[in-house]
Amino acid sequence: MNKSATSDWLLFLCFTVAVLAMPIWLKPFGADYPDLMQRFAIFGIFAIGFNILFGLTGYLSFGHAAFLGAGSYAALWSYKLLTMNVIPAVIFSIIIAGIFAFLIGFVSLRRSGIYFSILTLAFAQMSYNLAYSVLMPITNGETGLQLNLADPRILDRAAGIEATNSLPLPNIFGVATTGMPGFYFCAVILIIGFFIALRITRSPFGMMLKAIKSNQTRMAYTGFNTRPYLLWAFVISGMYAGLAGGLMAVTDPLAGAERMQWTASGEVVLMTILGGVGTLIGPVLGAALIKYFENIFSSFNKSELQEVFAFLPEGLADIMVSVSSMFVGKSWHLTLGLVFMIVVIFLPGGIMEGVRRMGRMFGIGKAPKEPLSVANTQGSQANG
Amino acid sequence: MSNKKTPLNTWTRRDVLKASAASTAIAGAPMFFTRNAYGADYLNNPGDASSVTLGFNVPQSGAYADEGADELRAYQLAVEHLNGEGDGGMMNTMQPSALKGNGILGKKVEYVTGDTQTKSDAARASAKRMIEKDGAVMITGGSSSGVAVAVQGLCQEAGVIFMAGLTHSNDTTGKDRKANGFRHFFNGYMSGAALGPVLEKAYGKERRAYHLTADYNWGWTQEASIVASTENIGWTTDQTVKTPVGAGDFSQYITPILNSDADTLVLNHYGKDMINSLTQAVQFGLRDKSVNGKDFQIIVPLYSRLMAQGAGDNVKGIFGSTNWHWSLQDEGSKAFVKSFGAKYGNPPSQAAHTCYVQALLYADAVERAGTFEPCQVVAALEGHKFDGMGNGPTEYRAEDHQCFKDVLVVKGKENPSSQFDLLEIVEVTPRAQVEYPHDHEMFSGGALGSCNNGAA
Repeated sequence: MNKSATSDWLLFLCFTVAVLAMPIWLKPFGADYPDLMQRFAIFGIFAIGFNILFGLTGYLSFGHAAFLGAGSYAALWSYKLLTMNVIPAVIFSIIIAGIFAFLIGFVSLRRSGIYFSILTLAFAQMSYNLAYSVLMPITNGETGLQLNLADPRILDRAAGIEATNSLPLPNIFGVATTGMPGFYFCAVILIIGFFIALRITRSPFGMMLKAIKSNQTRMAYTGFNTRPYLLWAFVISGMYAGLAGGLMAVTDPLAGAERMQWTASGEVVLMTILGGVGTLIGPVLGAALIKYFENIFSSFNKSELQEVFAFLPEGLADIMVSVSSMFVGKSWHLTLGLVFMIVVIFLPGGIMEGVRRMGRMFGIGKAPKEPLSVANTQGSQANG
Repeated sequence: MSNKKTPLNTWTRRDVLKASAASTAIAGAPMFFTRNAYGADYLNNPGDASSVTLGFNVPQSGAYADEGADELRAYQLAVEHLNGEGDGGMMNTMQPSALKGNGILGKKVEYVTGDTQTKSDAARASAKRMIEKDGAVMITGGSSSGVAVAVQGLCQEAGVIFMAGLTHSNDTTGKDRKANGFRHFFNGYMSGAALGPVLEKAYGKERRAYHLTADYNWGWTQEASIVASTENIGWTTDQTVKTPVGAGDFSQYITPILNSDADTLVLNHYGKDMINSLTQAVQFGLRDKSVNGKDFQIIVPLYSRLMAQGAGDNVKGIFGSTNWHWSLQDEGSKAFVKSFGAKYGNPPSQAAHTCYVQALLYADAVERAGTFEPCQVVAALEGHKFDGMGNGPTEYRAEDHQCFKDVLVVKGKENPSSQFDLLEIVEVTPRAQVEYPHDHEMFSGGALGSCNNGAA
């Protein structure tokens, strides 16, 4: 049997098990509640998709949040106009984001490097501002798009589901997709998304993208027109972002323009770099880490810290509480910034480089994750 | 390369079957560990536990962070008082009161906090954490109507009570009203109704108003309310311009006012936005201007002491309305100001007041209902009449879950005696003057729906 095929399957299996078993192994971290696990899965998808563009081709997009937002709005409109079933909503969010990505990509990909980044940033910021002004009838501005008792929901009506006195929930053939069922729905899609990304990375198309990253000019000299490949990579990664946006609306039927803000675009860049650019697992890890910080670290307050340090003598406990309170609660950004700095300085290849180094330390140089990372120049430099 | 098998085609059918059986077992396992796997009678029932958890969801960053910080202080004070610590504050003046000072229904009150970041997404994520992870039976807070409406919707879906903090949009108890949501704070319509007669007395019947409005549901409904009430006294409206939230620089919006025919500027802004826009309007010399033989005037319909503090001298002589002010001399207000001041060293803001009152009202309703079950708490709050909480006799109207009470019209003080003494009360507008039918056109288009207790 082909060696790399075995390790691919092993990786895919490990990934599947790890994702589906989240509710068990996340318990000690206090992160085993549905909303956060849904976020892990959703932003995992977002980061995997982003990595197809950034990790494989090296094109750094600063505007991916625009597709995330477009996906959310598309899903919400599918709820409002068609049905509360999430399948059409997810399909629409992917299609709309794909079209949107095609248009933006078609223009932005005429440039590369920093110019490409700035163009995508400009388009995303434009979408954000449009959502707040001209497109208000579609986006409902700052308040965000929400469900209404009086929405038409044509297909639901046709299927004989009558409007009741309370708002309907998004569902998949009758099973509401909030809470744990919502998590499993996102988890299954994350696994499918991961599988597709794995196939893309291993395919000749993926090889082409990696070649663009290593030397686009040489590619052009050998007779390849690189732009269609880039455009497809951009569209695919935009569709992933749209899917993530749609899933956000699946687990919580609300869409707001702040999902399109440049900070959201920057967040996915951070996730990918933190986890490991160009690796398959890295972006998912980075996404989970950032969402963990955002949701768990920001919720600690002084009284909880006092409980944690209660075992220390009084004076010392007070000092520990006041020092550590600088890094939790509303200051969680500070902690995240420090972690990011440490990773970038000491592990330029992200968390995945840490994993590889650890694997090497214990003498299993060919750890299952090893062959997955594509040539990562940054990482190998630091190793050398 | 081409004669090799592609990596993923090497699995036999048996392997696939084995793997899928294994994944199903793993996927199924967590079903037995989730909180609601057993049929609870309502979501987050504290049962026999010795404590109960409330969720305080306030902005700790962004344009409304000052208000959020003060809200959190008020909640911590309310928890102290409910648990029988401190001097009891308004628990001694609240009438009627079922509170005993031993927690709620004998359970010690504990709380969790979260940062809404003044963003709907972040606020909902934080509220979901409180409900799903921390087991909160009630969520309260918010300092923006966009967030309040979003979180109120979430609490309705999940099946917990939402006690709105500072939210002034008509929509919160208008078109976005929800059965599980309650608002003590007043709203844009009430501001307009209270300000109208005072403005008429101060500035006459012939004025031309120019509106700068924060571009979200609160701004829109407040603008509509003020336009309606000022046109009612004979004013005309020159233009209404929407500005983005958190804009920082408003000069591009202020320059056109200088060239317009308007003689009055209405700032439908709040928090840091109001501080910036008012300061810039004054710097651009609007207040020294005279148009059509009338002195140019600025009005800030929703005022708070925190904003007045931020804008400094610029607020002198400017009219606005507020839900509550610390200088009120009734017993409830005095008791609250005293215990808040003793703990934190400064008087509470109106945001702190409304949040403190909401926490006490919720606790009282639970005591009266004898249970934390949301639908019975809703029933206990609907139509509840109370007094001694700083606003005089107040009623939670059953039809839209809005509190009805007197409204304060205030003015920036010319000679403040301290850094907190910045607003003077011009008039206490009686409840009858600010009341409206629950299906008034500014509030129509929504329905409470039926209450949800989250039982699976």
